Amino acid sequence: MLGSGFGQFGVDPFAEMRRMQNDMNRLASSYARGAEPRDFPPVNLWLGEHSVVVTAELPGASRDDVTISLQEDVLTLQGERKPASSDGEIVWHRRERASGRFSRTIQLPFRADPDRVQARFSNGTLEIELPRPEADRPRRIEIRAG
Amino acid sequence: MAQQVETVGRSAGQNQPAERTMNRQLFLPATDIYETRDSLVVVAEMPGVAPDAVDITLERRVLTIRGRAGGHQPSGYRQVYGEYVEGDYERVFTLSEDIDRDRIEATHRDGVLHLKLPKAEPAKARKIELKVG
Repeated sequence: MLGSGFGQFGVDPFAEMRRMQNDMNRLASSYARGAEPRDFPPVNLWLGEHSVVVTAELPGASRDDVTISLQEDVLTLQGERKPASSDGEIVWHRRERASGRFSRTIQLPFRADPDRVQARFSNGTLEIELPRPEADRPRRIEIRAG
Repeated sequence: MAQQVETVGRSAGQNQPAERTMNRQLFLPATDIYETRDSLVVVAEMPGVAPDAVDITLERRVLTIRGRAGGHQPSGYRQVYGEYVEGDYERVFTLSEDIDRDRIEATHRDGVLHLKLPKAEPAKARKIELKVG
């Protein structure tokens, strides 16, 4: 072993180099494979004056495939991505699309009004608009003249 | 999930793609490809892309898939958190079989492109008679 000869110095000058190389390799392989598995679906959060919008990429899903639930300020998306095909004799050339059940919880910045939530799908993107209840909105407080 | 094109395009041993004029992200769509007895099926995920923004070309045996995302942003809102970026999609495949161009079927629904490429009939073997000298 290369490193063992340095035992008498108490430090291994190559240890740091090896560690760096490991880091580099890990970085390179994560790029090649499209990074480590991410939470599905990926979401974006948009903040308006009295509401928040959650958008999620759900290619291939339609309104029947996704269940949206809301509890106080926690939004949950659940559903299933169906496998592409299984009928008949097929030979796979390439299989990159994931399938299976998913569940994702999203913490909202405030409590949302469940009666006024609106959700729509367009081209595989889900958009959920969640308004803040009237009672919870920040109110301006007047200062009385003394 | 879609990957960014830059790193992968190079590893495929292709020439460096020309630079795009628009400063938008370009992704490789996650794609399933399978073969049945009589056709090749390509399924590509392009969320955010409308059916009329999909462009498919087949030149000789090179299949190119392109999709332009609508640039959808809720108006009156500002983004406070992000896990994905909207962008365009592009991917090129070299097919190993001849395709019957006239019978190609393409559909795009819920951000997923389905392409059915029927294999061309193999050229019929012709018997060559020997003339008797």
